[in-house]
Amino acid sequence: MNVEAEQELRQMKKEVTGADLLIQTLTAANVDTVFGYPGGAVLPIYDALYRSDAPFQHVLTRHEQGAVHAAEGYARVTGKPGVVLATSGPGATNLITGITDAMMDSLPLVVFTGQVASNVIGTDAFQESDVMGITTPVTKYNYQVRDLTQLPRIIKEAFHIASTGRPGPVVVDIPKDISSTLSDVNVEADVDCHLPGYQPNKKPNPLQIVKLADALSRSKKPLILAGAGVIFAEAADELKAFAEKHQLPVVNTLLGLGGFPGTHELSLGMGGMHGSYAANMGIYDCDLLINIGARFDDRLTGNLKHFAPNAKVAHIDIDPAEIGKNVETEIPVVADAKEALDALLERETAVHGHDTWLETLHQQQTDYPYWYDRSEKFISPQWLTEQVYQLSDGEAIVTTDVGQHQMWAAQYYPFAKPNRWVTSGGLGTMGFGFPAAVGAQLGAPDELVVAVVGDGGFQMTAQELSVIKEKQLPVKVVIVNNQSLGMVRQWQETFYEERYSESIFPENPDFVKLAECYGIRGMKAEQESELTEVLEKAFAYDGPIVIDCRVVQEECVYPMIAPGKGLHEMIGVTR
Amino acid sequence: MRRIITADVQDQSGVLNRITGMLHKRQFNIESISVGKSERDGISKMTFVVEVSDDQKLEQLTKQLNKQIDVLKVKDITEKAIVARELALIKVGGSGQQRAEIQGVINPFRASVIDVSKDSLTIQVTGKPDKIEALIALLRPYGIKELARTGMTAFLRGYQPQEVTEINSHLV
Repeated sequence: MNVEAEQELRQMKKEVTGADLLIQTLTAANVDTVFGYPGGAVLPIYDALYRSDAPFQHVLTRHEQGAVHAAEGYARVTGKPGVVLATSGPGATNLITGITDAMMDSLPLVVFTGQVASNVIGTDAFQESDVMGITTPVTKYNYQVRDLTQLPRIIKEAFHIASTGRPGPVVVDIPKDISSTLSDVNVEADVDCHLPGYQPNKKPNPLQIVKLADALSRSKKPLILAGAGVIFAEAADELKAFAEKHQLPVVNTLLGLGGFPGTHELSLGMGGMHGSYAANMGIYDCDLLINIGARFDDRLTGNLKHFAPNAKVAHIDIDPAEIGKNVETEIPVVADAKEALDALLERETAVHGHDTWLETLHQQQTDYPYWYDRSEKFISPQWLTEQVYQLSDGEAIVTTDVGQHQMWAAQYYPFAKPNRWVTSGGLGTMGFGFPAAVGAQLGAPDELVVAVVGDGGFQMTAQELSVIKEKQLPVKVVIVNNQSLGMVRQWQETFYEERYSESIFPENPDFVKLAECYGIRGMKAEQESELTEVLEKAFAYDGPIVIDCRVVQEECVYPMIAPGKGLHEMIGVTR
Repeated sequence: MRRIITADVQDQSGVLNRITGMLHKRQFNIESISVGKSERDGISKMTFVVEVSDDQKLEQLTKQLNKQIDVLKVKDITEKAIVARELALIKVGGSGQQRAEIQGVINPFRASVIDVSKDSLTIQVTGKPDKIEALIALLRPYGIKELARTGMTAFLRGYQPQEVTEINSHLV
């Protein structure tokens, strides 16, 4: 029977397969992009995709890890859940790094995995893996579809859970018999999404808001610590209004960058291990610390004994479990950042004049800015980042891996707007930046997307060059190439008496040729004198491009807080 | 400190794995867990006995439990008026005269012999864990061949001397 006839027959019988139902439900959920990779257990789903005229595009990455990181990049710039589809067994296990990354950084993902047929689950069947067992600790929630009629409800709940409250990844495991079985389930039927155990609290308790306002009016040295919660809550405008209204200095966490304009006069930049001196001393000296949507990660706090020792801590977070987890909190506010800031803005709070406090902080900013010795001949990686900033007018979407290049990007690329900074913070995943740029570009087709990656990380997921070629995505891949694992090298230099164990690459591919091999333009900059021109050309080029930038290997990221030290014990603050 | 925590959870597949996995991942020390159906369809009741070092850890435990999507309600009932029971089955060696002696030992505990063989007998005892501990200690000299305990299950008494505050309600 031919395909059309079969479809017609199905329509007459009002019968659909589980896979058809999945495609229809995704369409109804306004999904526009699915990142995926086919395989045995998802054959029925890919067949349904082939037969359907679904209005969403499927992006065939070249590795499942690429798919899930791309979905993360997509989620970060659009604010919508990233959707992933992979097969059972190895397809699913290849997703784990990305799912865990999304869990750590609270990114909304809905991940569909194929599973072997229900009757062989538990028999160690071909390409079977215990997806539920493996993903339980690294997901916000997970489902295995046991009954086809439950599929629409499960998908609806999955999108709801992934994108509300504190966002996170949700896995839906679909056995092959479920996706291939014919059914007469009516998708249009209004499915009930009833989750009595999941009721995120968005509105702040008015009493806690009064307490916070009172503390603010008594404070002489207040400070805001703004995390990614501000961005997820789309509260950047409210944060700016609140900070300006009361003249409050703002420190951003790594993932919070862009939630408050980095170029604003009240911005102290990033805090933490490689944050600015002014930001860290601000946290150390303040008498009121207002944490909005940050989770007091150890890379931010340093040694907890010395963290904000003189401060009363207020913490606004949608996730009550984050409050008091690492830092004792006097004023807990369980709420959405936007709602809490709105409530604070509604109040007329008389605030102490804290001009001296702001002056001190500004003086520290002036006296102890980020610094580096420009090499003049070879490319200084910090200068490279500054050039990327200049030549993109500070407007690019920047994605990174983890390590030195990431810290330099965080230091030297101040973001004026939210949703333009795509980095792996909590999990610190090498190989994240490039596929994340693929997703970011698909989510924001008209924006300049620059993947700032290391030569180490890029080699972990470089196969996605095929995707940017195929889709002609104008991603600019800037390889900060120091021929080594820079941050590992730096720690070995600082803490392991320069024993560079396995951190220097004896061999690296010719990245220009690698790009060309995929049919993509490649450029190289070895001297400082040629970098600006190369970057200008690359950014002006309307297509994907890889730029191999050879930077000084011995550069270290400064300033720095050594492990176990407090925020006031920064090293490398000055030359 | 030892705390007794109860949780009402959705009776879903994987819920026990989800909760014990979380407790393991976050390094909580569990003495016992008991799970069973509750008075409502589709809802199970879990009772945890946990050993936590301080109030901050305890708060984290209840918050992390509450955060689970399948968990409906968490209560720390340690300091409330509660009924708490555990059941233990204890197989001890014994024949002839020893049997009468053992009977004498278990009587004050209102325990009962539920199985007898040629050279052993099985005792069933219910009560608070300390009562069970006491009986086990007394029976140990007779040679305990096998021991199985259910872990504690508990809930609030019908009458509470003071008002019950639910955990975390002060935080919202």
